[in-house]
Amino acid sequence: MYDIVIIGAGIIGTFIARELSRYKLNIALIDKENDVANGTTKANSAIVHAGFDAKPGSKMARFNVEGNAMFDKICNDLDVEFNRIGSLVIGFSEEEMKELQKLYQRGLENHVPDMEIIDKKRVKELEPNISDNVVGALYAATGGIVGPWEMAIALAENAIENGVELLLNHEVKDIQKTQKGYELLTSEGPMQAKCIINCAGVYADHINNMIAKPTFKINPRRGQYFVLDRDARNIVNTVVFQCPTKLGKGILVTPTVHGNILVGPDAEDLDDRENLSTTADRLEYIKEIAKLTMEKIPYHMTITTFAGLRAEPSTGDFIIEESKDAKGFINVAGIKSPGLTSSPAIAQYVVGLVGKILGNLEEKAEFNPTRRKLIRFDQLSQEEKEETIKRDSRFGRIICRCEHITEGEIVDIIKRKAGATTVDGVKRRARPGTGRCQGGFCGPRVVEILARELGKDMAEILKDGRNSNVLTEKTHKGSDGSDVKEWAAVSIEK
Amino acid sequence: MLNYDIVVIGGGPAGLAAAIEAKKSGIDSILVIDRDRELGGILQQCIHNGFGLHEFKEELTGPEYAERFIEQLKELDIECKLDTMVIDITQDRLIHAINTEDGYMTIQAKAIVLAMGCRERTRGAIAIPGSRPAGIFTAGTAQRYINMEGYMVGKKVFILGSGDIGLIMARRLILEGAEVSAVAEVMPYSGGLTRNIVQCLEDFNIPLLLSHTIVDIKGKDKIEGVVLSKVDSHRKPIAGTEKYFECDTLLLSVGLIPENELSKSAGIEMDPATNGPIVNESMETTVEGIFACGNVVHVHDLVDYVSQESRRAGSNAAKYVKDMLIRNGSTLQARPGDGVGYIVPQIIRTDNLEKNLDLFMRVKNVYSHGKLVIRVDGVPVREIKKKHMAPGEMERIKLDLELLKDKNDSILSVEVEKEVV
Ligand SMILES: Cc1cc2nc3c(=O)[nH]c(=O)nc-3n(C[C@H](O)[C@H](O)[C@H](O)COP(=O)(O)OP(=O)(O)OC[C@H]3O[C@@H](n4cnc5c(N)ncnc54)[C@H](O)[C@@H]3O)c2cc1C
Ligand SMILES: Cc1cc2nc3c(=O)[nH]c(=O)nc-3n(C[C@H](O)[C@H](O)[C@H](O)COP(=O)(O)OP(=O)(O)OC[C@H]3O[C@@H](n4cnc5c(N)ncnc54)[C@H](O)[C@@H]3O)c2cc1C
Repeated sequence: MYDIVIIGAGIIGTFIARELSRYKLNIALIDKENDVANGTTKANSAIVHAGFDAKPGSKMARFNVEGNAMFDKICNDLDVEFNRIGSLVIGFSEEEMKELQKLYQRGLENHVPDMEIIDKKRVKELEPNISDNVVGALYAATGGIVGPWEMAIALAENAIENGVELLLNHEVKDIQKTQKGYELLTSEGPMQAKCIINCAGVYADHINNMIAKPTFKINPRRGQYFVLDRDARNIVNTVVFQCPTKLGKGILVTPTVHGNILVGPDAEDLDDRENLSTTADRLEYIKEIAKLTMEKIPYHMTITTFAGLRAEPSTGDFIIEESKDAKGFINVAGIKSPGLTSSPAIAQYVVGLVGKILGNLEEKAEFNPTRRKLIRFDQLSQEEKEETIKRDSRFGRIICRCEHITEGEIVDIIKRKAGATTVDGVKRRARPGTGRCQGGFCGPRVVEILARELGKDMAEILKDGRNSNVLTEKTHKGSDGSDVKEWAAVSIEK
Repeated sequence: MLNYDIVVIGGGPAGLAAAIEAKKSGIDSILVIDRDRELGGILQQCIHNGFGLHEFKEELTGPEYAERFIEQLKELDIECKLDTMVIDITQDRLIHAINTEDGYMTIQAKAIVLAMGCRERTRGAIAIPGSRPAGIFTAGTAQRYINMEGYMVGKKVFILGSGDIGLIMARRLILEGAEVSAVAEVMPYSGGLTRNIVQCLEDFNIPLLLSHTIVDIKGKDKIEGVVLSKVDSHRKPIAGTEKYFECDTLLLSVGLIPENELSKSAGIEMDPATNGPIVNESMETTVEGIFACGNVVHVHDLVDYVSQESRRAGSNAAKYVKDMLIRNGSTLQARPGDGVGYIVPQIIRTDNLEKNLDLFMRVKNVYSHGKLVIRVDGVPVREIKKKHMAPGEMERIKLDLELLKDKNDSILSVEVEKEVV
């Protein structure tokens, strides 16, 4: 019997798990996917919002502003890349400038620090490439960018280090009330828990409805993006939004913590909670709208496109509460944008709810808030590189030529807690394959390393999801002392 | 710090030919660096035949062709560092490289030859919408899996792009027991060699669908199919022409891009038409003492031409080390005219030419019975009739030095003209 089972290992579930791991509790964090952060957390704008968007008094407003302020410490503790580069909402007309004034006022009500309305000249100083049609902007110094899935992975790793059990490939199919709490029926068998925390993202309503009355509905709202090569990185320095519309915060152009450029997202309501396809018409529309921000966006440097699904709640605000029908069952649902930004504050708040349910929580003396730093070989100085290779020669072998990722880094992120087991898992943690060749060169080598480190055959290695095998089988010749292999071996000897 | 007269970066056919030629030209201190575990570059995974028709007058496989050069390299006792990645080069020819044995190295070279080859364009580069499942490979990556690792990538394959590697892989997959439904190409003509269309598609009854592109990819974890659409003359999909093809694998053969990250870091000027460095008659880049050859300069379709061009780079790097290259004197600029996409070399210093000038170029369209007209400062100096020209087949022109004598600050242009019948 677990004290707590957390359903969903996205940024919300991992954060809650990590915060609860400070206490003497028996916790399981479960997810239906084969990796953490495989839901919305892997496909969003990666912005740490300042907090002027949300309606004053809403949970979104409160947790956004509180959460934003918590990023420096948590990212430092967990060695996650985070950059407070500031954000701009730009206006193209006097009318839009009035809207920006309203946003500014709203920001003041939400207690957002360091905001300022700036004129065209200042905008152009900050962002020389922005359209000449710009009139002014709302500048928020606290806006930032973060690695969202890296953050969830780091939180999961830290939670495990502090005693949380991570169970992947566990899909919750049903929940039943028992005398002492709940029984969860998962694809891997039943689990008992005193308390359940529902962080199931776009499926949070389904999970709620397994045990409580349907009080809310989640609508998937898709957003699509372009990712541009790092060669394009100098086109923009801050997070640049357009004036918001009914549907959302509008198309943005922003750097990522990895030095790429992101253009998007649009907003489109869907029925399908699995549909992460990009579509030609929407991508075209994004180009059309983004043109207003910046005339010359180098789309010929596109390295990929992707889509994410927002968990749009029928209530219009985050739902973070114990269910009225089911004691000890906490919904953390409808966590749409700014969910990533809000996650640290949401997690803290949920710890409070758990405390009320389970009684006073007892802190663990041995809780360790930090995790062992990652080695980012490319970012080291020459001396550090020399030292690192001397210590472990695997850092002398570059596997990803675009991003200069070494074998040492790849083995490390496979061996860590909540380590990578798939090609995309490796990519999300250490970045081979995120560069301009998109894994064309390093893919086979990563598959080989994964197979070796996990003790598997190359044909068993997955790209990402559970049925996403990269390879099908050995070639006819490859299977029986092959000419091909022999030939390869001979040429290696040479 | 290590010191060499010439450091060759890349041990593919380009690097090998350059190193061998430099050695034969009397330079002893040469180092070849390659990041792969063996020499030969991309040839090691090209186990089909058809290499070396010009060089050796016989049909070799890629590894066989490479082997002949690797043997020579050994005979000439040229030093190599394999499994070694060059991570940076500077304008003053300092090379930073790493491997597991020597660790971090800085190497000072008197001359550098860049021979890093090219990489394949990806799905992202052509922005195909749809889902992002497993089962999508560039043709070269699939080639590596099948030919070097001994693993199959799928059973029912669709190929987008009619580049040579895609065509070769269509045949290879069939020989390995897979089914290839079709090869689709967005242009109205193929990007590959005619010989490959015949030998790899027609001989196996694989349809080539010209003026078509993929507009959607279906499948969540693993690819299940692609939606193909006809395109109009602006390469825009025509609504209503969509057709679904079931497949478990999509191969992309949509072009190669010279690998010039290092060249850029050294401040070498690039030609936007080739995506490679601007080079002169000696294959020297705009940074003195740094030479380039092979696919890093422009994408070749025949390796024989790579070897030829690279010998030129090697012997001139040797001349440079011996201070025998002439820096001033008469110069021409080569400019592509109508119908020509690019010309290499872009700069010609006639005093460094011995007898002929080799010009490599690609035309922009398919022409039958056209001609290439070479002009110097607008005045036609030579015409070459061509029965057939296509963007997929590189053109080579040999110009007699006599034609360029006494021309200084001149423009040499090549233009396609349709033969008037
Ligand atoms: C296009 C877009 C842009 C965004 N931009 C930003 C931004 O810039 N800044 C910001 O702050 N926020 C942004 N957001 C919002 C942010 O991404 C989300 O708020 C956040 O990722 C939600 O995290 P989560 O953990 O709730 O959901 P998820 O990451 O989706 O995690 C839910 C998990 O639950 C699991 N699960 C579901 N059902 C089951 C089941 N039955 N059994 C077991 N496991 C299950 C899933 O597999 C998944 O891993 C954006 C969102 C989108 C879509
Ligand atoms: C997938 C593919 C298949 C092809 N198939 C054919 C074919 O069937 N027939 C044909 O005629 N042509 C084919 N070609 C064209 C072929 O590339 C050329 O004919 C020829 O191989 C180019 O020679 P190269 O030496 O310029 O490049 P490559 O053969 O690519 O060699 C470049 C070498 O440089 C090394 N290198 C690059 N960067 C670094 C660095 N930073 N540090 C250290 N080493 C580095 C690489 O490891 C590689 O060994 C193919 C090309 C590709 C990409």
